Amino acid sequence: MSGSTGSPTTGRAAAAGGVTPETLKDYYAQMVLIRSFELRASEMYQRAKIGGYCHLNLGEEATVVGLMAALRPSDYLFTTYRDHGYALSRGLGAGRIMAELFGKATGVSGGRGGSMHLFDQKARMLGGYGIVGGQIPPATGAALALTYRGGPGPEAEAVMCLMGDGTTNIGAFHESLNLAALWHLPIVYVIINNQLGMGTPVEKAAAEPELYKRGCSYRMPGVRVHGGDVMAVREAAAAALDLARTQRQPSILEAMSYRLRGHSVVDPAKYRSQEDTQQARDEDPVPAFRAQLIESGVLDDDSATAIEADAERQVAAAVAFADESPDPEVADLFVHAYATPVAGTPHRLPGDPVISVPADDPGDVPDEGGRS
Amino acid sequence: MSEMTYREALRSTLRREMQRDDSVVLLGEEIGVFEGSYKITSGLLAEFGETRVRDTPIAEEGFIGAGIGMAMLGMRPVVEVMTINFTLLAIDQIVNHAAKIYAMFGGQVAVPMVIRTPGGGGQQLAATHSQNLEVWYAHVPGLKVVAPSNPADAKALLTASIRDDDPVLFLENLALYNTKGEVPDGEQVGEIGKAAVAKPGTDVTVVSYSRATLIALEVARQFEKQGVSVEVVDLRSLRPLDRETVCASVRKTSRAVVLEDDWLTYGVGAELAATIQEGAFDYLDAPVRRVAAAEIPLPYAKPLENAALPTADDLTKVINEVLDATRFTG
Ligand SMILES: Cc1ncc(C[n+]2csc(CCOP(=O)(O)OP(=O)(O)O)c2C)c(N)n1
Ligand SMILES: [Mg+2]
Repeated sequence: MSGSTGSPTTGRAAAAGGVTPETLKDYYAQMVLIRSFELRASEMYQRAKIGGYCHLNLGEEATVVGLMAALRPSDYLFTTYRDHGYALSRGLGAGRIMAELFGKATGVSGGRGGSMHLFDQKARMLGGYGIVGGQIPPATGAALALTYRGGPGPEAEAVMCLMGDGTTNIGAFHESLNLAALWHLPIVYVIINNQLGMGTPVEKAAAEPELYKRGCSYRMPGVRVHGGDVMAVREAAAAALDLARTQRQPSILEAMSYRLRGHSVVDPAKYRSQEDTQQARDEDPVPAFRAQLIESGVLDDDSATAIEADAERQVAAAVAFADESPDPEVADLFVHAYATPVAGTPHRLPGDPVISVPADDPGDVPDEGGRS
Repeated sequence: MSEMTYREALRSTLRREMQRDDSVVLLGEEIGVFEGSYKITSGLLAEFGETRVRDTPIAEEGFIGAGIGMAMLGMRPVVEVMTINFTLLAIDQIVNHAAKIYAMFGGQVAVPMVIRTPGGGGQQLAATHSQNLEVWYAHVPGLKVVAPSNPADAKALLTASIRDDDPVLFLENLALYNTKGEVPDGEQVGEIGKAAVAKPGTDVTVVSYSRATLIALEVARQFEKQGVSVEVVDLRSLRPLDRETVCASVRKTSRAVVLEDDWLTYGVGAELAATIQEGAFDYLDAPVRRVAAAEIPLPYAKPLENAALPTADDLTKVINEVLDATRFTG
């Protein structure tokens, strides 16, 4: 069993061993797509096409792609509100995701959820969640459900539950880890440690800031990986998922990552030091992976540029699709109130009467004078 | 008097109470270095230091519960919760503990804490981040729920809440923070549980609280131009509830409409309608009407959000219906 080791696995070895150039190109293409999508989302927010809160995966691209590369279509994914990149790599489609951000009827959640709440049952992406830690108990329960579907094995389904570093301080995290360990559930808790929860550094929030160790009171193993290295992330995630599948051993995977921008698009991140901001830029995984692929001959400048241009095209098409898509109809406001027709549920707009008095029933006619 | 925003009124009151009483300690997520999600606490860390302005991890149940323990030992914690939606993670501590400890242990130890938190929708934050759940807390004996609508009341009632020996849920609203108003200088200690007649009138009473009061006042001004005199009663506190002021107003106007941001069924308006029928039945010329949010988890899409939340137009329509039903001619 992989114990609690702090040493990040390195990706170059993995890249050399048995990964085809096509796969590496695909990972680069996904990372670039996320980068373009997020930059455009930020711009669309400034242009008021997107409202509410909007959290970006900028700086997290290698982690996103590595995790999603390890996750099989048959596995289930629960994420946080910082979910655009995961949805893209899970194949939800840039157009339908952008449409959700625009609040359009064609969006992945029908315009009901927005940026924080991307969902696609077919893709087994069971939601982005806006309440910190809200996804952890349901993800644990999904893993419990899997134990009723079948036994462990290399083909068994598993659950991946994502969260940020700050989220490991919420009670539900600890309750869920205990349940998962106690019941031997096939789940991987992935902590994306970008070292900040809004403005709070991880050391100011977690008494054990080496977060992969936080499972130790539940005898749950944990591994820390360099989140800027897509192959290392993929490898570590595949190993953790394998533990879940074959041994029903839940575990923690901590991916060390950086947030290139503020907490959300409206946060100027003034609380961050110059050095920290500089380090985040230096660690930017997208140009690093590009350079690595060019160095190893998988890409040259032309083919890399072509991939980037293609991402731009996809994102432009996504914006056009979102723009042209219709708003949800106000008449459909109540369609999803309940999964079944429920008698007596009020489908009223504000100010509508609660009850209609039959017109031909005079009832108890008041005195002519009204007030006495 | 000085003009200031609701935000400034809150900040200057926190500052004043912290200067006055060392046992007033602020707790909450991002209230120190980040200066508050809505910047209510900006500057306070620099002035009072880390022990008085304590940044917490994301652990609502933990730090709200910790506030209770501090209060049991005689401190006066003021806990900021980013939005009322996140108080739900601590509802056990608030309802089963803060509200119970004084009574259940025979009145030995009080819990003088304040939970400050904004409610409100309308910012496209979708279903989990847009709720108005204050009535859940207003339902609970042992808690007080205060909901000022303007900077002057924010100051007077926050002062009163901090000095109060019982746990107070102090409801703010995202849409109120930038609103301005005249605030009396010097110490102001409000009375918790006293409604205000925010605008006197004779023809119809509109009862509201928090943000909705601003809409009610705006609608009242419009009706004034058409010769309809609307009285606006601002509850300011949901528990204790000033039933007397509400009923006195309705006895005068004979017509009542409630404007509330929460959902209609079992909402604040339901309690008010019941109160009015008991306290002003013979004076009513029409049924009490309620303008509240559509009963749906609030969608993100702007057109749906707009349709679901109560607006000035909705209130205007309902006031007109009440006037028509009573053949009001001015
Ligand atoms: C229960 C709850 N408390 C507070 C918040 C406000 N909030 C949203 S994100 C966030 C920080 C989370 O940090 P982290 O888990 O590190 O994730 P990151 O944003 O860095 O990806 C906070 C405090 C919330 N959404 N839910
Ligand atoms: Mg973080």
